[in-house]
Amino acid sequence: MSALALLARNRLALGGLIVMALVVLLAILTPLLPLAPPNVTDTGNRFLPPFSPGAPLGTDHLGRDLLSRLMWGTRLSLAVGIAAAFVAATIGAAIGIVAGYYGGRTDNVIMRGVDMLMAFPYILLALAIVAALGPGLMNALIAVAAVNIPFFARNIRGITVGIAHKEFVDAARLSGMSDARIILTEILPNVVPVIVIAMSTTVGWMILETAGLSFLGLGSQPPVADLGSMLGEARAALITNPHTSIVPGLMILVIVMAINLLGDGIRDALDPRLKSGALNRPLPATLVAPDRQPESQQNDGILTLDNLQTQFRVKHRTYRAVGGVTLSVKPGECLGIIGESGSGKSVTALSVMGLVASPPGLVTGGSVHYRGDDLIGAPYRQLRSLRGSQIAYIFQDPLATLHPLYRIGDQLIEAIAVHHSISRAEGRKRAIDLLNAVRIPNAASRIDDYPHEMSGGMRQRVGIAMALANDPEVIIADEPTTALDVTVQAQILSLLDDLRRDRGLAIIFITHDFGVVGQLCDRVAVMYAGRIVEQGPTRAILDAPRHPYTARLMACVPELGAGKRRLEAIPGLPPPVDDLPPGCAFAPRCDRATDTCRRGDIALESAGDRALRCLQPVQPQEAMP
Amino acid sequence: MTTPALRLENLSKTFPLGRRLFGPERPGVRAVHPVTLEVMPGETLGIVGESGCGKSTLARMLVGLLPPTTGTIQIEGRALDNADPAVFGKRIQYVFQDPISSLNPRKTIRQIMEAPLKLLHGMDRAARAKRIAEIFATVSLREEFLDRYPHEFSGGQAQRIGIARALAAEARILILDEPVSALDVSVQAQVLNLLADLKARLGLTYLFISHDLAVVEAVSDRVAVLYFGSVVELGRAEDIFRAPRHPYTKLLADSAPVVGRPLTAPEARETELPDPLNPPGGCAFRARCPRASDLCAAKVPVLDGAGGRHAVACHHPLQD
Amino acid sequence: MTRYILRRLISAIPVLFGISVIVFAIMALIPGDPATAILGSFATPENVARLNEDLGLDKPLVQQYVIWLGNLLQGDLGRSFNLNRPVLDEVLERFNATLVLAGTSFVLCSILGIVAGVVSAANQYGTADRAITFVVLLGISIPSFFLGMMMILTFAVNLRMFPASGMWPIFGDRDLWALLRHLTLPALALSVVATGVIARLSRSAMLEVLRQDFIRTARAKGVPERGVIWRHALRAAMVSIIPVLGIQAGFVLSGAVYIEVVFQWPGIGRMLVDAILRRDILLVQGGVIFVAACYVLFNIVVDVAQSLLDPRIKT
Repeated sequence: MSALALLARNRLALGGLIVMALVVLLAILTPLLPLAPPNVTDTGNRFLPPFSPGAPLGTDHLGRDLLSRLMWGTRLSLAVGIAAAFVAATIGAAIGIVAGYYGGRTDNVIMRGVDMLMAFPYILLALAIVAALGPGLMNALIAVAAVNIPFFARNIRGITVGIAHKEFVDAARLSGMSDARIILTEILPNVVPVIVIAMSTTVGWMILETAGLSFLGLGSQPPVADLGSMLGEARAALITNPHTSIVPGLMILVIVMAINLLGDGIRDALDPRLKSGALNRPLPATLVAPDRQPESQQNDGILTLDNLQTQFRVKHRTYRAVGGVTLSVKPGECLGIIGESGSGKSVTALSVMGLVASPPGLVTGGSVHYRGDDLIGAPYRQLRSLRGSQIAYIFQDPLATLHPLYRIGDQLIEAIAVHHSISRAEGRKRAIDLLNAVRIPNAASRIDDYPHEMSGGMRQRVGIAMALANDPEVIIADEPTTALDVTVQAQILSLLDDLRRDRGLAIIFITHDFGVVGQLCDRVAVMYAGRIVEQGPTRAILDAPRHPYTARLMACVPELGAGKRRLEAIPGLPPPVDDLPPGCAFAPRCDRATDTCRRGDIALESAGDRALRCLQPVQPQEAMP
Repeated sequence: MTTPALRLENLSKTFPLGRRLFGPERPGVRAVHPVTLEVMPGETLGIVGESGCGKSTLARMLVGLLPPTTGTIQIEGRALDNADPAVFGKRIQYVFQDPISSLNPRKTIRQIMEAPLKLLHGMDRAARAKRIAEIFATVSLREEFLDRYPHEFSGGQAQRIGIARALAAEARILILDEPVSALDVSVQAQVLNLLADLKARLGLTYLFISHDLAVVEAVSDRVAVLYFGSVVELGRAEDIFRAPRHPYTKLLADSAPVVGRPLTAPEARETELPDPLNPPGGCAFRARCPRASDLCAAKVPVLDGAGGRHAVACHHPLQD
Repeated sequence: MTRYILRRLISAIPVLFGISVIVFAIMALIPGDPATAILGSFATPENVARLNEDLGLDKPLVQQYVIWLGNLLQGDLGRSFNLNRPVLDEVLERFNATLVLAGTSFVLCSILGIVAGVVSAANQYGTADRAITFVVLLGISIPSFFLGMMMILTFAVNLRMFPASGMWPIFGDRDLWALLRHLTLPALALSVVATGVIARLSRSAMLEVLRQDFIRTARAKGVPERGVIWRHALRAAMVSIIPVLGIQAGFVLSGAVYIEVVFQWPGIGRMLVDAILRRDILLVQGGVIFVAACYVLFNIVVDVAQSLLDPRIKT
C-alpha cells in the first residue's frame, strides 16, 4: 500500500517504529528472559548503583532489581495504555458516528452529554472515577479510557457529519441502502483513517496519563509496579539516588516519543493533503528556476509576457501548466484569455506577479516585462511595491478572497496604506469613494460591514474596489464573475467595462465563457494545454476561428435563443499537462490532424493582428464543423 | 389524455428555524412555495433559476431525500407517499451535480454499480455482472473502469458513471440536478448528448435543473423558471427566452452574455434577491421589477396558464 | 455583546447541573459504606449509624441529591473529617495557590506556543521549524512529573538556583520575589506540555490558513510578508487556536495535579490526591465540583473571546 511506503520513507517515523517494535518485542518476551524476580525485596542490597554485578541498572529502595522491574513495568504500562486507547477509540468512535450520522435530536442529546464530560478538566473526572472505584491499575485504565471517550466522540462526529452530507451518501440511499448498511459500508471506511490517526496520536498521551495516575499512587498498587508507580516510589530518593527515578522516567520518555513519532508518521501517511503538497506554506513570491532563460521583450505594450513557462513539480511529476505564453496588453485595452479548466489560464495570470503557490509552483522560463523591467526573478521588494499599486488582481470567489475577520473598509484602507502613508480619516474617505465608484449603495454605512454580511455581487464589487485602490495601470481579473449568478454577472461586467473606459485601464480578463469575451474584450487569446493556440481581435476570432480547437469549442457552447438542439461535442479529454503529446496537444481530438501535427513543436505564427498555432487551420471559406 | 410521468401537486418545503427559548415559534424559511407541475412521458422539463431559488430543494424532494412540507408526488399516476428512498429509487433516480463527490472514494466503481442492482432488484452475482456490462455499453464506458476507484476519473467520466448508476436502478424518470455545471464546455456537450441519446433509446423522462439558460433551452421541451421558491413562468423551450412574458425571465435572458450584444447592465435598480428570513409581501420580484405597481405589493400573482401553454405568474406580463 | 454573554451564562446552567449530577453519581457509586470509610475500620457500629444519619445517607438517592444540591447552592460543601474544617474554606485556600501556578503556566504556554507555531509555520522545513518541532516533540513526550523531578535535581539541588519545593520560604518574607523564585520551576515544568500542543496546533492552523485565497489577496495587494503572517494569517488562525486554548487550560489544570505533588505546591490538586488516598469523600467531591465550575466559567470567557474575534459568530 502506498501509505505504508510513505511511512517507510519518513525516517523519523521509521525510527519510532523500530524503537516501538523493539520495546514491544522485549515487553512480550519479558517473562521468558532470565531476569531477577521483580517484586522480591532484598533490603541488604538497597540502592545499588547502575552497573553493579547482578543488577545492570542497580536496585531500588527495597533492593529489587531495577532492570527486571523496568521490563515488567514497561510491559504493564504499554498494555494498559494501549488497552485504554482501544477502548476509548472504539466507544468514542461509535458514539461519534451515531451522533453525526443521525443528527437532529439524537445528535443533540449525545453531544450534550459529551460536552458535559468535557466540561471537566480531564484529570478531575479521572480522579473522581478513581476515588469512586478505589485506587488500582484496572480502575486507572477505566478512568483514562472514560475521560478520553468524549475527545474521540467529538472528533469523529465532526468528520461523520461532513461525510454524511456528501452526495455519495444520498446516492447510496437512492440505491436502496438502509441506514445501518450506509454507516457500515459508506461512512465507516471513510472514518477509519481518522480514527487511526486519532488513536496513533493519542496512544502516547494515554500511556502518560495512566503512568501519571500510578505516579500519584492511584494506579498500580505495590508490590506490582508500572513505570509510573516506579517513578512515584523513587521520588522520595530523588536527591540521594537519582538513578532510580531516571531509569523509569527515561523509559516513559523513550516510549512516548517513539509512539508520537510513529503517530505523526501515520497521520502524514494517511492525510491525502500532505501527499499532494496541499499543506506546504506558499512563499511570498513564486520561485524562479535558476536555469531560467529570460526573454527580451517581443511586443510593445505596458505589460508583456514573453515565452513565460510555469510548472508544478510534485514528487517526480512535472506539470507544465504554462508552456510558453507570449502576449501583451496596452493601456485602455481589454485582453481576454479563454480556456477550459487546466488550460493554464489562471496560472498564467498569477505568474505575472509571482502569486503562484510555491512550492510546488516554479517559473522555469521566459519573462514578464512591465514598463521594460523583467518582473520574473525581480527582488521581492520590487515585486511587492508593484503589487496592488501598478498591477492589481480581481479573483474569482469574492467570499474566499476577502479576509473573513476584517471589515471591508479596513481591508480597503490597508490596500492603500501599504503603498502610501495615509491617515486613517483620509483612508476612510478614500475607501468610501472607492465603494461609490463601484456603485455600492450606502457606501458610508456598508464600509463597516464584514464580507459575510454582503451578497456575492456586493462582495465582488468590494474586490474590484480593492483592485482600484491605488489607481493601477493593469488589472488582472481571474474569472471574476464565474461564481456569480447571471443577473449579477451582467452588472459586474458592465461596471468593469465602464471603469476601464473611464480610467484607461489595461485589463487581462480570464474566463471560460465566449459570451463574456465577446462582450468585454478587444482581443482574445485561446489557451489549450498550457499554450496559446490562437490570438487576435475578438470579433475576428469569433467570426472566423482558424484553429480547429477554437472553432469546435465555440460550437460546443449552446447559444441562447436557438431552441432545443443537438450540440457539437469534442470527443476525448484535454491531455494531462504532466504527459503532453509531442506536436500539437489538440491533435488526438482533432479530425483534421495529420502525422506532421503529431511531430515536433508547432510555432505560434503571427499574421497581421492574428496569431495561430496550427498546421491545418480552418480556412475562412470553410463552413464550421 | 395520457397520464403524466411525474406530477407534483402543491409540493412545498419550509425549513424550520429552530425554536426560540422564549417567545413565539419562529415561522421558518420557505424554500419552495407550493408548486404544481406535470411532466409527460418522454418529455424533458427544464427548471432554471439562480442560486437560492429552491431548485435543488425541489429536486431532493422529488427523489425522497427530503420530505416535503405539503403536497404530493405522483409517478405514472400512482401517488408516492412513502418517504423511503429505497421505494423512490426504483421509480425515480437522481444524477448529482458534483460527479466526484457523488461517488464514494473508498469503493470501486463495480461496488458502486452493484448496490442498486443488489438492493433494489435483488439480482444475483451473474445477473449483476451481465447488467453492468449492458449499462456500461449503453453509456460508452469501458468495463476495465469497473475495478478502479473514483479519484482515477475525470469529471466527465465520473458523471457518466453517475448516470450509469442512475440507469442501474431502472427508474424511468431521472432528476438531473445541474449535471453538467461542474464540467468544462467541451465535456459538457458530450454528457448532454449522451443524455439525449439515452432518453431516445430507453424512453426516459427528464427533469433537468440548471442555472445555465442556454443549456436548459438546448435540452428541454418545456422550461419552468423558478424565482424565490416559486414557478414564475412555464412555457415551451423555444419560446420562453425568445419571447419571455415574466419580467424576471426577460431579465435572465437579457443578462446572459451573448456574443455581439453590447454590455449594458440590464437592471436599472441594482438590487439582488430578497431576504428569505424576511420575505416581502406580494410578488417577490417587485423590488427589482420595472413594471411593479401597487397591485404587485398587495397580491401574490399566481401562475396563470389556463388557456395557453405559456403560463406566467405576473400581474403585468410582457406582450399583453 | 452583553446579550451574548448573558446567553452563554444561562446556557452554562444545565452544564453545571449536569456536572453536579455526574459528580454526585460517581460518589454514590462508591462501594461499601462511606461512613466506615470516613471513620475507619475501628469505628463502632453506633458511630457509623450516627454518621450515616448525619450525612443523610439513610435516605433514598434522589433525596440525598436534592439535599446535597441545596447545600451546595448555599455554599455548603460539607466538612472534611480529616482536616476538621469546612470543605469550602479548604478548597478556596488551595485553589488560590493552584490559580497562581496554573494561571502563570497558561499565559506562558499560550504566548510561547503561538509564537513558536507561527515562527515554525512561517519557516516551514527551515532550521527554526525543525528545531521547534523537535523541542515540541520532546515537550509532549516527557511526563511532566518526570520533568519536574529532573528540574529539581538540576536547578534546585545541583545548581541551587531555585528552591526545590513549596510556594513560600519557610523563613523569610512572603513577598513577590519569594513567590517568583518558588514559582519558576513548577510553572515552567507545567507549561512545557501545553506549549508543545499549542505550538503544534498553531503551526498546522497557520499552514492551513496560509493556503487560503484571502492570503493570496493580501499578497496581491502588496502587503509585506510580515503583515501577511502576523496580521492576516495569524488572525484567521486564531479562530481555530482559541478553542484549543480553552481545552489546554483544562490540561494545564490537570497537569497542575502532578506538578503540585512533585513540587509540594499547596494547591488543590495535591489536596485532591491526598483526599482520595485518605478516602475523604466530601473533600474530593467539593474540590472536583468547584474546579469544574470554574473551568466552565473560564470556557465562557473563551467563547466570548472567540466571538469578539470572529464576527461570523452570531452574538
